[in-house]
Amino acid sequence: MPDSELPEVNSPEPASTEPASTEPGPEPSERLDLAEVGEWQRVSPKYVLVEIVGTIVNAVVVCGGATLLWLLLDQTWAMWVGIVVLVGSIINLVFEPRRVRAIGYQLRGDDLLFRRGILFQRFVAVPYGRMQLIDMNRGPVARWLGLADLKFVTAAATATVAIPGLAEADAESLRDQLVELAESRRAGL
Amino acid sequence: MSEPASPVPAPSSVLRTDLTDGEWHHLHPATPLLRGGIFMVAILGFIIANLRERLIDLFTGGENYAGDPIDAIYESGATGWALLIIAGVLLIILVAFYLSWRMHTFRVNGEIVEVRSGLLFRSNRKARLDRVQGVSLSRPLIPRLFGAARLEITVAGQDGNVQLDYLGSKLADDLRRDILHLASGLRQAQQTDDGLAASPESRPALPAADGDEAASNLADSNLSASTLIGPANEHPANEHPANEHQANAHFALGDFATARYKEFRAPELDPDAAPPESVVRIPVGRLIGSIVLSGFTVFLLLAGIGLVVSVIAGSSGWVLVAVLPGLIGSFGYYFSRITKSLRFSIAGTPDGVRVGFGLLSTSSQTLPPGRIHAIKVSQPILWRRFGWWQMSINTAGQASGRSSPLATILPVGSLADVEKVLELALPGFDTKTHSALIENGMLGGRKRDAGVADFYSNAPARAVWLRPFSWWRTGWAVSGQVALIRRGVLSRDLVLVPLARMQGVRISQGPLLRRLRLASADLHTVAGPVDASLSVLDVDEALVLFEWMSTGAVRSALADTSHHWSRTAAPTPATEAAE
Repeated sequence: MPDSELPEVNSPEPASTEPASTEPGPEPSERLDLAEVGEWQRVSPKYVLVEIVGTIVNAVVVCGGATLLWLLLDQTWAMWVGIVVLVGSIINLVFEPRRVRAIGYQLRGDDLLFRRGILFQRFVAVPYGRMQLIDMNRGPVARWLGLADLKFVTAAATATVAIPGLAEADAESLRDQLVELAESRRAGL
Repeated sequence: MSEPASPVPAPSSVLRTDLTDGEWHHLHPATPLLRGGIFMVAILGFIIANLRERLIDLFTGGENYAGDPIDAIYESGATGWALLIIAGVLLIILVAFYLSWRMHTFRVNGEIVEVRSGLLFRSNRKARLDRVQGVSLSRPLIPRLFGAARLEITVAGQDGNVQLDYLGSKLADDLRRDILHLASGLRQAQQTDDGLAASPESRPALPAADGDEAASNLADSNLSASTLIGPANEHPANEHPANEHQANAHFALGDFATARYKEFRAPELDPDAAPPESVVRIPVGRLIGSIVLSGFTVFLLLAGIGLVVSVIAGSSGWVLVAVLPGLIGSFGYYFSRITKSLRFSIAGTPDGVRVGFGLLSTSSQTLPPGRIHAIKVSQPILWRRFGWWQMSINTAGQASGRSSPLATILPVGSLADVEKVLELALPGFDTKTHSALIENGMLGGRKRDAGVADFYSNAPARAVWLRPFSWWRTGWAVSGQVALIRRGVLSRDLVLVPLARMQGVRISQGPLLRRLRLASADLHTVAGPVDASLSVLDVDEALVLFEWMSTGAVRSALADTSHHWSRTAAPTPATEAAE
């Protein structure tokens, strides 16, 4: 009786179990890159400012604390911590624009595709039908710039896609679009 | 029991109880006592512990306890008042119990199950039946002695479960069955069928009336017994023919005890709701062995060695005093692990997989089809010599608190056991190719010398820099609607994820992986003990995996109809009309 479940009609490659990995391609690239997908939607360039402000605030707080420890309590190790954080933050700031440019998303036929990161790259695909809710957040700096973050939440905590730095109008229309897509592809949990 | 089985024929041959009529019903009358049971026992224990010496002296004749509160009350002549106060407190407790029982009601209808409770703080909880993730029925030791059971309807999310504690034991069994029937989407079909099928039989609608031949034979042979004994013996279908003379010999009062005894002894699986046999049997020796050969034992041995060394090295005795009670206490851990896993059973029912276990406190969970989000078959290194495996699953709603080991669907079993359980958990995944794939995933690995890849797509040899021991076992495959991940050599793992329930897929790459032209992949599933990730694979293969998984997830979700499992199993014109 339970054998009648799961008809094997729609599997991507039914019964075949050996993925084609034999031909290495014309020039083997080390980078992970989805080649044959369409145009990536980028987030607003203004989002760089949000990141920069965040990094600076972070650096100021940590370095300030470290300086206090160093000068008032005579803790030399705190100085080194402060220096490391400062250098790290500066490097961060230099790469910030590139990092923001690397964030991208794409509405494919049946799923939402998201990418982020240069050094630590990642690609996520989440089918629309798995959506549980969509969250819209605005931090103080982002609000001042008219930006918003969109969070696509699924039943798996790890499969949450957060698209930061969308212009507010874009975020709202994207939210409505995603809700509509999810509704038309509803799947039971 | 608060809700006697209906004396009139039930309106539908499918539903066994009249609890699913959408009206409000009460729980078992002993509910407040049983729920507060632990608390009461604790108070009683506290009082007895405090009066221990006095009780001993009552028999041996001892000295006077000056200043003791009981003596003080006695000497000041306030005994009457003290007794009055105690009586008052008891009365208040009783009234509170009664009221809380009155206010604790539930109802079930075609779409929802709802519970209201609370005296001062009212609470109301409702769950949609088509979102049920599982139904679990547990009988903790003390309620079990009273013939009561807790029914828990698991829904997705944290702490969203609807609990019906406690119901009469048999009633809970039947209600579970009804709820699963309602949830399966079967109801519309059956109700229209009843109009034609209801035959004018004089036999009262015994529970076995839904076409299960073996069970109705049993019911016939027990009919005389049930009429003789009357309403107290309400479950003739559940009896074994061998007990018949026994049942006849007892009357009303003694019958309560027999019924309790039978329930206590009866196997967890309802004979007509499930095939009588569990598909796997775990010998007691193997179970004990598997628990003893666990990581905890290794930890314990290390701690013991450390202790001996520290004593020999001449540390003072306090280390011994501090650690020894913990070591002794760990035997309690073993004991509870073993009693919990004893009498494990797993069987397929029309409404899903039923997993039951427990010796003193029993528990059984029914997982409707399509509620399993990921399965892990694993073998810790200590078990390898014996060829034992363990299986755990991710489900969207884990049963709460005390019954958490329900995430394990096979505590310990052989290769053949694993295959049998997988057949239940992933119906349709049992062809030759599939079992070869499973076996390969559990035992195999890339053939290091021949250089021939097996069924799996394996990590390249350069992964040895990151996974020096397990790289040759790290691989993945997709077959039918299921993704398989093979990994690990110290603890051999095989993870199976039905694509229809996968929530998303991610591939990622850090600088180290990039230098080696590798990447890692994650299949996202709902939270649970199973983590479906692959730490190393070739970059190009990662892209293939990403493509396959993302398209496969969409397609198989569209094809998947298991949330209303009965509709697909038996499509009748009536169902189609109802939709």
